[in-house]
Amino acid sequence: MKLENLTFKGGVNVPHHKELTEKIPIEKAEEPAVVAIPLHQHTGAPCEPLVKVGDTVKIGQKIGEAQAFVSAPVHSSVSGTVKSITPMAIPTGLTVNCVVIESDGKNELHESVKPKGKLEDLSPKEIIEIIKEAGITGMGGAGFPTHVKLSPPPEKKIDTIIVNGAECEPYLTADHRLMVEEPEKIVFGLKAIMKAVGVERGIIGIEKNKPDAILALKEASKDEENIHVASLKVKYPQGDEKRLINAITGRKVPSGGLPMDVGAIVCNASTTLAIAEAILEGKPLYERVVTITGKGVKEPKNLKVKIGTSFKDVIEQCGGFNEGAPGKVIMGGPMMGISQFSIDVPVIKGSGGILVLTEEEARPEPVLPCIRCGKCLEVCPVRLQPLYISSYALKSDFGKAEKFNALDCIECGACSYICPAKRPLAESIRLAKREILAKRKAK
Amino acid sequence: MDSKVMDTSKAKDLALENMLLVTSSPHIRSRESVQRIMLDVIIALIPATIGSVYFFGINALKLILISVASAVFFEAIIQKAFKRPVTINDFSAIITGILIAFNLPASAPWWLPIMGSAFAIIVVKQFFGGLGSNFMNPALAARAMLLTSWPTHMATFTGTRPDVVATATPLAIMKYGMSADSTASATVEAATSASSAAGAELPTLWNMFIGNIPGAIGETSVLLLLIGAAYLIIRQVIDWKIPVFYIGTTFIMLVLLGVEAEFLPYHILGGGLILGAFYMATDYASSPVTPKGRIIFAIGAGFLTALIRVKGGYPEGVSYSILLMNVATPLIEKFTRPRVFGEVKK
Repeated sequence: MKLENLTFKGGVNVPHHKELTEKIPIEKAEEPAVVAIPLHQHTGAPCEPLVKVGDTVKIGQKIGEAQAFVSAPVHSSVSGTVKSITPMAIPTGLTVNCVVIESDGKNELHESVKPKGKLEDLSPKEIIEIIKEAGITGMGGAGFPTHVKLSPPPEKKIDTIIVNGAECEPYLTADHRLMVEEPEKIVFGLKAIMKAVGVERGIIGIEKNKPDAILALKEASKDEENIHVASLKVKYPQGDEKRLINAITGRKVPSGGLPMDVGAIVCNASTTLAIAEAILEGKPLYERVVTITGKGVKEPKNLKVKIGTSFKDVIEQCGGFNEGAPGKVIMGGPMMGISQFSIDVPVIKGSGGILVLTEEEARPEPVLPCIRCGKCLEVCPVRLQPLYISSYALKSDFGKAEKFNALDCIECGACSYICPAKRPLAESIRLAKREILAKRKAK
Repeated sequence: MDSKVMDTSKAKDLALENMLLVTSSPHIRSRESVQRIMLDVIIALIPATIGSVYFFGINALKLILISVASAVFFEAIIQKAFKRPVTINDFSAIITGILIAFNLPASAPWWLPIMGSAFAIIVVKQFFGGLGSNFMNPALAARAMLLTSWPTHMATFTGTRPDVVATATPLAIMKYGMSADSTASATVEAATSASSAAGAELPTLWNMFIGNIPGAIGETSVLLLLIGAAYLIIRQVIDWKIPVFYIGTTFIMLVLLGVEAEFLPYHILGGGLILGAFYMATDYASSPVTPKGRIIFAIGAGFLTALIRVKGGYPEGVSYSILLMNVATPLIEKFTRPRVFGEVKK
């Protein structure tokens, strides 16, 4: 099997701006005085609080849980006292209940945080239970509960686990730094996933602009017969899981389907590392590496930040905003990240980056009529016709937009990026998707 | 709210919130722009423009300047009249102007490009919604209009030497010269070509390649047109597949229609084929956006070009074949929708 220079059809070259932080080692962020931990950071059912105002909590203590299968518990990231449980805005744009905890500065670990034993001694079921209890969700942004992903229905035969180390979003380097600094843990995490799902083949896919990460993981996995490292062409959106599966295995996930339909499961590199830590140290997902970057911030950094720390605190630790007003603050990368109304929002499990664009970078360009150059078709990784879907969406003809396969759009933004007329292609297709889905629900 | 009790840091935060721009992703854009694309096309047309002045003299320059100036003028006037934003700074009218002039013989009167520009810009382009919405290539539509309205002016070609007043294009020589049967031609335009073609001799292939032959001022120099085309392909402004499939199909069809081998190079290098295939058939607005559609479009244009040239009443078929394929574009797109990634075969 070829494992060098793999890729998919379509996509676009985006300047990756990773030089700002790719060489900067991960630092521990300052201890937050207060954290606001959202009870709903994942896809699925929101958690119910397990603590009440006035309770004292310790690091790693479970503070929220839901009965539903598709959900993930949340844990305290500090030791201290619960001050309030109140609805607050979170960076996904939702307003959800958050547990506000004032830190006592002692950083006491909860007694549940202890090693879970050797991987050889754990059964697949036990591994999945550990992952579930640790509250691990997809850390690449989607926030899908990992234990659900690792429990495919028995009729779906899985033969490949892929660790997603593509990190194709410009600017972000959190996964990159983790792969360079802790490759052994990622290999361990992959082995744990392979055991949990009962799979013999694990592949770590990394874009070629991270040669040090490729080297580190090759070195860390050299004694593992079943684990391979694949180098991927630098092209956006290489890290989209369906594109990644296509590049590595040649298989195509059917339209509307899931990776398991072609026998694959994809796990982000940070998530894989969190799984390793959950087993090795018994550590629930209460902190994560965040890349704070962009021209709008003084000292770009890769920080290990406790969940619930406000964006404001984190940005201040990077020297604050650069001279001049910040134009945009984005959670995630510039292609798919979510721009923020306020910096008083907490870091959540899916916050891989905080990107600050300057006013000039953020300034929207005038939108011109479509000239039908066809570049949006060339770059679309799904091979849609963005110009037509967008034009129907803007005329509120969502039925027509659906006929042009609007729902297959992965919202990667490549079409809007390349458009010479600066048309809001991905933006309007996103609108069409929402309208189509709302209509289906109403039926 | 009492602003006095607000401490300054809070005021700063509130100010920040009002400043942060919030939009749907993506948050960055490429440096591609409509203006840059159009500028690239103009740059690509410069060698052929210089060549046309070199080969056909100062009248060629005059025609090009009048054509460009009138195209830009009509664009601004009609947009003002329609109360639309004036978009002459996107440079697209300049391209239309150059291309209209390129389709004229050097002997054309000064008012001919003005008529052409008015029709191209006002009727074909702006009546249908402006840049990107024109259903036909404006310059080609203008050429067709001029050809039907003033056939003598449009088909009286001068040679590249100033002493020759009227002569025939290589395609006209091949069509009528060999048989010397000028009475058989059905149209005035064809008759004009035919009368001058009778008994004329074909130029050398080298002269055909560099453009030292009678013809419309911008279409004769294959060499200079190809230099510009290479630039457009390298800059990824045009899709190489359209000209390659177009010219390839024309060639194959000419062979199938029984054109003798010695005349084939004249067909490829002569007439408007190179200009049409690289600069007109690749027009974004009037050619399909789908990858397969572009190939079908090019094959269709090649097929029609050969058919018109060999079996039709005109010596030249490039403009009509592209115009016909222009109007077929929506239909072609409908049937060539790309298969979506992972689409289940039905």
